[in-house]
Amino acid sequence: MESYSRRWFLGAGATALASVGGLTACGSGSGSGGGGTLTAFVYGDDAAKIQVKSVARFNASAAAKKAKGTVKLQKVPATDYPAKLRTAMGSPNAPDVFFNWGGGSIKAYKDAGQLVDLTDVIASDPVLKSGFLPSVLSAGGLDGKNYGVPMRGMQPVILFYNKTVFAEHKLQPPTTWDQLLDINAKLKKAGITPFALGGSDIWPELMWLEYLVDRIGGPDVFDRIKNGDASGWGDPAVLKAAQTVRELIDDGAFGKGYSSVGYGNGGAPAVFAKGKAAMHLMGSWEYSTQLGKFPDFAKKNLGWCAFPKIEGGAGNIRNVVGNPTNYWSVNARTSNKDAAIAFLRDSASEAYTKELIANGDVPATSNAASLLDASPNPEFAKFQYRMVQDAPAFTLSWDQAVAPNVSTPMLTEVNKLFVGKSSPEQFVSALKGLK
Amino acid sequence: MALPGILFFVFFAVGPMVLAFYLSFTQWNGLGDPRPVGLANWRKLLNDDRLTQSLTVTVALTVVSWVFQTVISLLLGVWAAGRQRNRAVLSAIFFTPFLLSSTAISLLFYALLDPNFGIIHADTLGTTSGAFLAIVFVGGWQFIPFHTLIYQGGARQIPEVLYQAAAIDGAGRLRQFFSITLPQLRNTATTSGVLMVVGSLTYFETVLILTQGGPGTDTAILPYLMYQAGFKSYDFGYASAVASFLVIAATALSLLMVRLSGFGAMRSTREGM
Repeated sequence: MESYSRRWFLGAGATALASVGGLTACGSGSGSGGGGTLTAFVYGDDAAKIQVKSVARFNASAAAKKAKGTVKLQKVPATDYPAKLRTAMGSPNAPDVFFNWGGGSIKAYKDAGQLVDLTDVIASDPVLKSGFLPSVLSAGGLDGKNYGVPMRGMQPVILFYNKTVFAEHKLQPPTTWDQLLDINAKLKKAGITPFALGGSDIWPELMWLEYLVDRIGGPDVFDRIKNGDASGWGDPAVLKAAQTVRELIDDGAFGKGYSSVGYGNGGAPAVFAKGKAAMHLMGSWEYSTQLGKFPDFAKKNLGWCAFPKIEGGAGNIRNVVGNPTNYWSVNARTSNKDAAIAFLRDSASEAYTKELIANGDVPATSNAASLLDASPNPEFAKFQYRMVQDAPAFTLSWDQAVAPNVSTPMLTEVNKLFVGKSSPEQFVSALKGLK
Repeated sequence: MALPGILFFVFFAVGPMVLAFYLSFTQWNGLGDPRPVGLANWRKLLNDDRLTQSLTVTVALTVVSWVFQTVISLLLGVWAAGRQRNRAVLSAIFFTPFLLSSTAISLLFYALLDPNFGIIHADTLGTTSGAFLAIVFVGGWQFIPFHTLIYQGGARQIPEVLYQAAAIDGAGRLRQFFSITLPQLRNTATTSGVLMVVGSLTYFETVLILTQGGPGTDTAILPYLMYQAGFKSYDFGYASAVASFLVIAATALSLLMVRLSGFGAMRSTREGM
């Protein structure tokens, strides 16, 4: 008990520190203190409405009665989510079930013994076992074990293009790098920025490196890095990718002001929708972003294709990068593991899948394919589903795949490369130094 | 009578500070118990290139902000202390930015600085000097009204007789300003200056929202470095070392300023008064 109260004290100190970042101590969640109510933390964006319904459905179900537990959902403002989760998990007010990105985002919790190993639970439960696409299910785990159950749409990174601009300049979506460079040259001649880029948010810049490294060196290059081998950054593919980025920048592929353009504030999507830029490399959520802000553009002029292959590169054009989906994980200190697992099963249900589809998401459930006609844009939904289903490799976004103490300086180095503060060689040597 | 106040101060200010100092000698990712690591965080901090760089940025930001804000708020404050028509109305309007939250102001300017749809069609936040000046400007835009108010109060305290005597001696308005107003505002300038300097040292939201410390690490001031280490990398031990360093530096600096300006001695600035 003594170490427990010390931990509480330190947690309070961290909360005091947190107030600098505008965070607040979490409310009076029931935490691990026993009783029948479980707390679930979810990323509090628009899509959380699906989890709200899921919780209501579960609380009224026979499964909840049988497990003698109900779930209380706590929506955490989006940008604060990782920091708030970390502070809460170090305190007695930890959630029983929590949203995460799988991979590196949960590694610290696993190392601290705070996660329930779901491998056997999933293997022995037909609903969970056959409910999800296997590649997506496994991406929620670590070292071959399952620590998460998929609970949102898939988020592959896609090369979007403006159909009107392409038609006007008689262009076809590129399938090879040479075609991409050719399109680049033609667009620049016409005074159009080839690619929109929300550089001030940094993570959109990262997407370029993720795909380039995959296409040049194959998915194994980042796999090594993800598994803790920092020398993997020394792979020639990383240097080649950085040099390619440099060439694109020098070539004006992103225009001039990209470092001052944001994604989150709608800057880059607007540049793209208004035809100032012809293409946009972005996560699948670009579709719903455009649908919200420029519905006409999203419905009529938005085109999409896979990231082109690079001649002589080791990566398959069908390889995908991005976020396979988000996951529910269970806190090892939960007071009612049975109820938590019963709740997770709702994410595999048809009702849950249908709600995701109606929201414009493409679920990672195995029954999704037959239901996609109900999507607001079935053509796009099917493209996305096939893209993930057929992908020989799905690389988790680098900043989610590696531990937070590596991802933060990594993003800084990516930004330095894009703003010209470091050369491709300096970029590689800085990354090799990250531990 | 002061006991409740002291208790609150100990609980909310001294306690966390001591705790942060303790954490700076540990390694802790927020989960489980902190592991003592001796001086490792401090050694890392003093050998961290980012410290030198963020110190340079912090000092530059403080100095430039101080000059920018002092010049404008001094002039505005002296003007607002006069008796022009509509002065009160205009002063009230000037004061508005100070009432807005820094976050709202930063988000507003972040949108205004978009090169495609904003007011300046240039890569302002993508260049070192552009990002730096944007932070100085946005900070000034928010805090100049407050300092104007301080200078206005100071200027109103200057006895009218001094100006009347000067006018009889034939001094013009410019001469009056430099020989009477400025010297009489010395203590006001110190108060406002200390607030500005301490404010610049703890400047945070604007950097977080406008530049995220970028381009690269060119605007990563000390508080941002602390935030990044603590709440992005979850290296709370290192973040605590940065925080402790910041407390020591800020205390030393404000003591130094008070001492150099003679403010602490409370000498009267008025002959015979």
